[in-house]
Amino acid sequence: MRAHEVISQAITDGRDTHGIALVAYVTAGYPSMDAFPAILADACAHADVVEVGIPFSNPIADGGSLQETARAALKAGATMNKIMHTLRELDGTLAAPLLLMGYLNPLLAYGLDRLADDAQAAGVHGVIVPDLPLEALGMAEPLTDAGLATIGMVSPVTSDARLARIVERATGFVYAVTSVGVTGQHRSDQSSIVEYLHKVTSAATIPVCAGFGIRSKQHVDTLRESCDGVIVGSALMEAVGEGRAIGPILQGLR
Amino acid sequence: MTTDTSNLLQQLIDGELPDERGFFGPFGGRFVPETLVPALERFERGAREALKDGAFKTELRQHQETWVGRPTPLMYAPRLSEAWKAQVWLKREDLAHTGAHKINNALGQALIAKRIGAQRVVAETGAGQHGVATAAACARVGLPCIVYMGAKDVERQAPNVVRMRRMGAEVRPVSTGDATLRAAVDEAIRHWVGDPQGTHYILGSAVGPHPFPWIVREFQKVIGVESRRQMLEQAWKLPDIAVACVGGGSNAIGFYHGFLGDAEVELHGAEAGGIGPAVGQHAATMSGGTPGVLHGSRSMLLQDGDGQVSDTQSVSAGLDYPAIGPEHALLAHVGRVHYHAVRDHDAIAALDELCRLEGILPAVEPAHALALARRLCEGRDDPTVLVNVCGRGDKDMPILTRLAEEGNT
Ligand SMILES: Cc1ncc(COP(=O)(O)O)c(C=O)c1O
Repeated sequence: MRAHEVISQAITDGRDTHGIALVAYVTAGYPSMDAFPAILADACAHADVVEVGIPFSNPIADGGSLQETARAALKAGATMNKIMHTLRELDGTLAAPLLLMGYLNPLLAYGLDRLADDAQAAGVHGVIVPDLPLEALGMAEPLTDAGLATIGMVSPVTSDARLARIVERATGFVYAVTSVGVTGQHRSDQSSIVEYLHKVTSAATIPVCAGFGIRSKQHVDTLRESCDGVIVGSALMEAVGEGRAIGPILQGLR
Repeated sequence: MTTDTSNLLQQLIDGELPDERGFFGPFGGRFVPETLVPALERFERGAREALKDGAFKTELRQHQETWVGRPTPLMYAPRLSEAWKAQVWLKREDLAHTGAHKINNALGQALIAKRIGAQRVVAETGAGQHGVATAAACARVGLPCIVYMGAKDVERQAPNVVRMRRMGAEVRPVSTGDATLRAAVDEAIRHWVGDPQGTHYILGSAVGPHPFPWIVREFQKVIGVESRRQMLEQAWKLPDIAVACVGGGSNAIGFYHGFLGDAEVELHGAEAGGIGPAVGQHAATMSGGTPGVLHGSRSMLLQDGDGQVSDTQSVSAGLDYPAIGPEHALLAHVGRVHYHAVRDHDAIAALDELCRLEGILPAVEPAHALALARRLCEGRDDPTVLVNVCGRGDKDMPILTRLAEEGNT
């Protein structure tokens, strides 16, 4: 199986077993590089896929809580080199496949060719790059050539024509941003979200996961019938910030 | 120069750049969250239609003439000329309404925002000049306006905060990150991501995702076009050297565009050299940066080996930004414009010199250009030099007062 198929399969399996797949987001190096492996392992034990967030100094798509984790992680010395090193050491011990979620600049600084080479050895099966839209996807060629998933993001304001082109290029799953805005914010207009997710799932031939602002079992329940999985980040990282374990939170969501 | 780079320069002169994806050769583009793409596409469409529309052009020109005060004068500076052993000419953008070149862009974008049906405008500001210009333009066209400003800048450019609020804008101080212009841009983008349909973001410099670097340049080109014509009318010749200061690079790009095709005119840019060349002590992007992606475009960027954006420092809030417009990155790449770091104390000395010799208080930003121009005149035989005095220094009173109190002139 190619790396991106591992991701699609994990989502499909999660949905079939639990009714809905769970994708957990954890910021690498938060609250410290030392504490991170245990948090990651915990996330992997209770989620079907885990997104490892690469901290960036200017995370423009992130709301307050994820901004704070990125800032703290950078202050604690998290770097792409250290993160990849940690992931390599953990490879084989984690219960779920990993994705990197990172802004373009730190990935470019690491080198996309190098990332494509190193991903395999570190249990990384794909990337989510929020500031790499459809028109610039060509830049990710070293990653797609290596079979890594390049998760396509769509939003409620994406036109139908664009949506068709994005889902066609996406591998792994399609990331349907449920609310217009930055991460962590929840906006409730359930009927239009269901309609929008229906449009995305009809267009896509790979699984569709919904994310941004999902914090409770209640949110998950409203999405259960409309997509294959949900992505949860801010709620988990806020818990980490308060010194709470994320395993029980993830368990409570499904 | 390889054929490749000379081709790029010719394409730029011929108006063929940016290309349809917003690239100036290897720089530029549109690296933003998907949510913003439809808004950028709508804005680009609206701007292209407006710039072709005779009625829009007439309306813009009327505002420029009666409200902005264009054309701004070109002035020969006799006492400065004597001091520098040169023929010194000053383009007086400081005399434009609200006190800086920023009004050219803010007015143009506000008119387009109105045209494409935006409900409100959001902007970022460093020195406060773009914030004031946007607040004024929004008042003029009748749109609500929210301005994000780094908390540090709110303090050091206090007079402009009062001006913005008086004109009805809501000023939101940003204390995250470095609490300067970069953090203000982050917040303005976040605001826009949350309401891409109702809000238009009036970006204040030639940076950001396509189409901003292009549209900002189109509205600032008036500086260079007027300067060239005025030089021929008043000096009967083009300058040997033309200098502008560069933060994001909006005044400079508009200024250079008057002269790009005049190979005999040397073009120079003054960046904020801060207090020294160490990382974190300056904002000299071209001198100290490497290619990277920030705020939606690929350009030169002050960053560490991990791609994290470096902190910056400068006496000038308007130049205190770790990136530069992508068109400048190309102009440096092809060798058409030369960029230099100018230290804080040299800029302040140049500011004082202009005050004392010509009775003009420039902003600390163009004071960097004046300092560089003086340096470039050294060792040459009576050169003709043109400096873009892109803004006035009233906003800098808190800084100048502090320096005076410290006995630092
Ligand atoms: C007077 C003045 N000059 C220059 C600048 C720098 O902007 P830019 O590099 O876009 O011209 C500013 C920005 O606020 C300014 O207020």
